[in-house]
Amino acid sequence: MKTMPKLAVWKFTSCDGCQLSLLDCEDELLLLAGQIDIAYFMEASSRQVDGPYDLSIVEGSITTADEAERIQKIRQQSHTLITIGACASSGGIQALRNFADVTEFTSLVYAHPEYIATLKTSSAISDHIRVDFVLQGCPINKAQLLEVISAYLNQRKPQIPAHSVCMECKLKGNICVMVAHGTPCMGPVTHAGCGAICPSYNRGCYGCYGPKENPNTASLSHWWQTELGSDNATLLENFRNMNAAAPAFATQSLTFIEKNHEEK
Amino acid sequence: MKKSKVIKVDYLARVEGEGALYIRYDEAGVDDVQLKIFEPPRFFEAFLRGRDYLEAPDITARICGICPVAYQMSAVHAMENALDITPANEIRELRRLLYCGEWIESHVLHIYMLHAPDFLGYESAVAMAKDYPQIVQRGLHIKKIGNAIVNLIGGREIHPINVRVGGFYRMPTVSELQPLREELLKGRDMAIESARWVASLPFPEFKRDAPFAYEFVALSHPDEYPMNEGRIISSTGLDINAQQYEEYFAEEHVKHSNALHSVIKGREKGKDAYLVGPMARYNLNYDRLSPLTKSIAKEIGFPPFCDNPFQSIIVRSLEVLYAFDEALRIIDSYQRPHTPYIKTQAKAATGYAVTEAPRGLLYHHYSIDAQGKITEAKIVAPTSQNQKTIENDLRYLVPHYMHLEEEKLRALCEQAIRNYDPCISCATHFLKIHREKNE
Ligand code: SF4
Ligand code: SF4
Repeated sequence: MKTMPKLAVWKFTSCDGCQLSLLDCEDELLLLAGQIDIAYFMEASSRQVDGPYDLSIVEGSITTADEAERIQKIRQQSHTLITIGACASSGGIQALRNFADVTEFTSLVYAHPEYIATLKTSSAISDHIRVDFVLQGCPINKAQLLEVISAYLNQRKPQIPAHSVCMECKLKGNICVMVAHGTPCMGPVTHAGCGAICPSYNRGCYGCYGPKENPNTASLSHWWQTELGSDNATLLENFRNMNAAAPAFATQSLTFIEKNHEEK
Repeated sequence: MKKSKVIKVDYLARVEGEGALYIRYDEAGVDDVQLKIFEPPRFFEAFLRGRDYLEAPDITARICGICPVAYQMSAVHAMENALDITPANEIRELRRLLYCGEWIESHVLHIYMLHAPDFLGYESAVAMAKDYPQIVQRGLHIKKIGNAIVNLIGGREIHPINVRVGGFYRMPTVSELQPLREELLKGRDMAIESARWVASLPFPEFKRDAPFAYEFVALSHPDEYPMNEGRIISSTGLDINAQQYEEYFAEEHVKHSNALHSVIKGREKGKDAYLVGPMARYNLNYDRLSPLTKSIAKEIGFPPFCDNPFQSIIVRSLEVLYAFDEALRIIDSYQRPHTPYIKTQAKAATGYAVTEAPRGLLYHHYSIDAQGKITEAKIVAPTSQNQKTIENDLRYLVPHYMHLEEEKLRALCEQAIRNYDPCISCATHFLKIHREKNE
């Protein structure tokens, strides 16, 4: 019998939503289990098989010194390593701390801040190690996750479109919420993958899939301000949420802070 | 020389995150129990400050990928409480339908994927599926229908996008709900089978007699099994509204944990723990379950009161059945309202809400300023409310099962923790027992 490739699923700082996507693949889960050896997946099994692993899937961001150490070990034990979700690709929503004073944050939430060990920033996995593939989204799209797993099992390139949510709307035949209803929408600068869910529900995209490659954030911001009357706060909130520390969004968000200062 | 033993769990996976367990005991009893939560903090309450009130449901959803709907529900209700608005009945009903979907997906995930393998001695549902293929497949199928509800109403299963303060972004049409209805009918039949099967599992004996009996705390509503609304009541007579929550409950920060422990104020030390979740809901609201749910409970010989937490899996399976019944009722009487949401106007105000997450009470409290920016946020999750009770259970459990070999005792302790479904992977991991020699 041919030995099955070994899969490991690792969690760092996150909400578990992305790895839950794997358990949400109800129809494929048992099939998948017949093709790969799920060697380490704490959310699903108490079985823990030692490395090396053929494929590691990493969820979550690095927020503690322990995590920074642990990710190095995981890289060493993994042939291929992919990250899933906004936490792993950009630090996630918890990266909002990167723009604030973490000591103050700690004392707001916990009565005894001295018990808490945490870093000042929440950072992407790729800031710490080499990553073979990054799947964006908060949460990721489970069909895309299956595609990535199967691509690696068959040693081919994953077919994950790199265009924008805006394109997905066009492909779906949605009416543009920005043009038709004047609803601010992050679709033009946001990475595709969700299938343009928000505009399909009469809502503007809030960018949960993170920036697409080379997004024109300045031009979109200008449009929001001049055509839709959005204020600095609204723009800031949209560029600073689940992917606040993604470089393209972080840089753009700083311009609103500067503008706010100038206006004051 | 006294020989004391230690049960140690290095990675309890999650209690809303990553946790570990440490129990030290000897022949005389249990010395120390610590359910340690080392999940790194994410500081939601801090960074909510300054954010817009309309963002609260989307931001707080990211606290938990397993019960995002619960966070969204508590958030919108708290904001609506602050702004003094009451959405139309159709919106109320649709929120309940969405919650039914989350109860189903979350409960069934726990029953089949996380807890059942304990009762039958498997490492995972995938391993269990080799011997019980139809049963695991049934579980996955029921869960998929729960997901379909959240997907349709919410836009996606995890972190739905359709919930907003005042209502929804878009209300489904009557005909969009029809295909779901067909699925729900199938799901309800499977849920009946499921409850029968769960009731046939072997249950460890466990009872906490007075003065250590549980204090159950849940919402209660005169006309319905509680989800989004109601008063907070307890088995010892507490009866308060959401706004009074912080007067009666407090959170303590204990050294061994990154989560906060909740207690009922004004109680004797050691008797201030309480229990939230399916068992509390069921015990305090049994008479408001649907007739079908009650008849199945009767058929499987399950009484209206349950205080063996190992049987909470039966309560979950009955709540799943109820959620299907309730979802069907809602779909059958659904009418699409003219407007999907009430337009809201920010004002300086404070609001409170408690809703029933799959794992129990979820409290949100916000203050906002005249521009609608959040100035203060406080969130108390079910797991932190149950944490003390989980530790106490282990304290009472271990002395009764000391005769077991270490491996079995460790497994039983793990199972006892999973009784509370403390967020997904607290379910599955590996505990080590060390013998420790005390000089
Ligand atoms: S990316 Fe979003 S869904 Fe995924 S783990 Fe992080 S917070 Fe959860
Ligand atoms: S916020 Fe944007 S990327 Fe996220 S689900 Fe909505 S449309 Fe998709």
